[in-house]
Amino acid sequence: MKRQQYERPLIQRINSGIMNKFGTKTEYAPVTHIDDFSVKELIKQYGSPVFVISEKTMRDTYKEANRAFKTRYPKVQFAWSYKTNYINAVCNVFHQEGSWAEVVSGFEYKKALQNGMPGNKIIFNGPDKTDEDLISAINNNSPIHIDHLDELYRLTELADEMKKKPNVAIRVNMDTGIYPMWDRFGFNYENGQAWDAINKIILGDKLELVGLHTHIGTFMLSPSAYAIAANKLADLALGVKKKFGRTIQYIDMGGGFASKNTLKGSYLPGSDTSPDFNQFAEAICTALLNAGFVEKDLPLLVLETGRAMIDDAGYLLGSVIANKRLSDGRRATIMDFGVNILFTAFWYSHKISPAQDFSTYTEDTVLYGPLCMNIDVVRDQITLPPLKKDDHVVVHTVGAYNMTQWMQFISMRPAVVMLGLDGKSHLIRKRETIENIEANEVMPEYLLKFKI
Amino acid sequence: MSIKKNLALSDTGFVFNPSTGDSYSVNPIGLEILRMLKENKKDEDIKKHLLATYQADFETIEKDYYDFVKGLEQLKLTENNG
Repeated sequence: MKRQQYERPLIQRINSGIMNKFGTKTEYAPVTHIDDFSVKELIKQYGSPVFVISEKTMRDTYKEANRAFKTRYPKVQFAWSYKTNYINAVCNVFHQEGSWAEVVSGFEYKKALQNGMPGNKIIFNGPDKTDEDLISAINNNSPIHIDHLDELYRLTELADEMKKKPNVAIRVNMDTGIYPMWDRFGFNYENGQAWDAINKIILGDKLELVGLHTHIGTFMLSPSAYAIAANKLADLALGVKKKFGRTIQYIDMGGGFASKNTLKGSYLPGSDTSPDFNQFAEAICTALLNAGFVEKDLPLLVLETGRAMIDDAGYLLGSVIANKRLSDGRRATIMDFGVNILFTAFWYSHKISPAQDFSTYTEDTVLYGPLCMNIDVVRDQITLPPLKKDDHVVVHTVGAYNMTQWMQFISMRPAVVMLGLDGKSHLIRKRETIENIEANEVMPEYLLKFKI
Repeated sequence: MSIKKNLALSDTGFVFNPSTGDSYSVNPIGLEILRMLKENKKDEDIKKHLLATYQADFETIEKDYYDFVKGLEQLKLTENNG
């Protein structure tokens, strides 16, 4: 007689009548394939855990965002936010689609240059730019976004020394009605700092003011905040026109659009609550179009969308290391990936799907990572079917920030694979090895030997 | 190892504890184990039966059976748990 399919025995108390705002069962179908690539085969080929990026989703998302803005405003330019995911293959997909680069450090700036971006299409943001960075940006004619007065003065000195007039924008922070207000980047609008910086730049005549920039927050769920920000930047641009007769070439609205991820503690999933590109585009474009620019002075609208552009395209494939029962009877499952590589687990309740068929029975589970650290919790409460050792899972919406903020801590960082439009999977970042990590270590001679 | 004799087990995996009024759901293999426990079958015999019936190795069954029984104790469904 053929033996039956095995499933771990489980029993669960029925809590009828008790309110549970997080709902019950969340996953109804296994995710065995991503873009027609078998999860099992990907893990077999590249090991577990492994980050996977769908090129198709990236390009589709870019087109969707581009369409949302270009159908509403005549001059739109996206700039790929390197810090969101600066694996070169990822950057180049967006560059192929037409994105400029937006960088926030000398390291990222060099990466953009090495990827072949022309200097004038690399926007240089961030509070920390060394003299070397600024000189390189001036020589390459890159728009430099000034964050503070110290930078403004240093840039003025360098411009003098180099006998060049760098293209600059100022970063403007402002009250857009959201809490907390981000006021650490750039110059404040309400208290007049921004207008003061503009006057200093134009009257100083050493720097060419080409743009105005703002970055109002991150994971923004309110498109109307962008409308307020666009209005305030437009007000400054119109003020420049009125006082100096000069035209501001571009208005850069920064990043911060929410992705479809679910923030911890949210009542509804992010897929239901996050605004889509059309809503952000409607708010920003309407504000700019109605601000009072004459047609020829309408500024280029620059967007540094990162998270919303790539989050959906990223997956983390992993495997079960072990199951255990906690002291209070709850199920705990230990995965082979933890917060060291899934940094966003600190603020998202990531959607996690089993990668193999399962029955209709589920249990409440705590999902732990493999680190010998108490904080290594991937999901503190998730309803999953019984998983057994070596079963696979797919973590969704991990494309943003994880592959840049990940830590080499306790174990090596995994490989990253791109699922190409050519139907092939491409290794775009190798799994780290002990040699990679130790390459930068130096052992003093007297510590080489010991007796024990 | 024995479970409370007054536990009501339905064919569909619904378990009712009349002493407390609590109810539980079990999956089919869990129900099978509960039935065998109610019939006072020995742990070893139950595990042997599972090994013969399901596509799993002995270690897996041993581990999962232990975990399931511990779960029953946690839920106070065993005789020695009062």
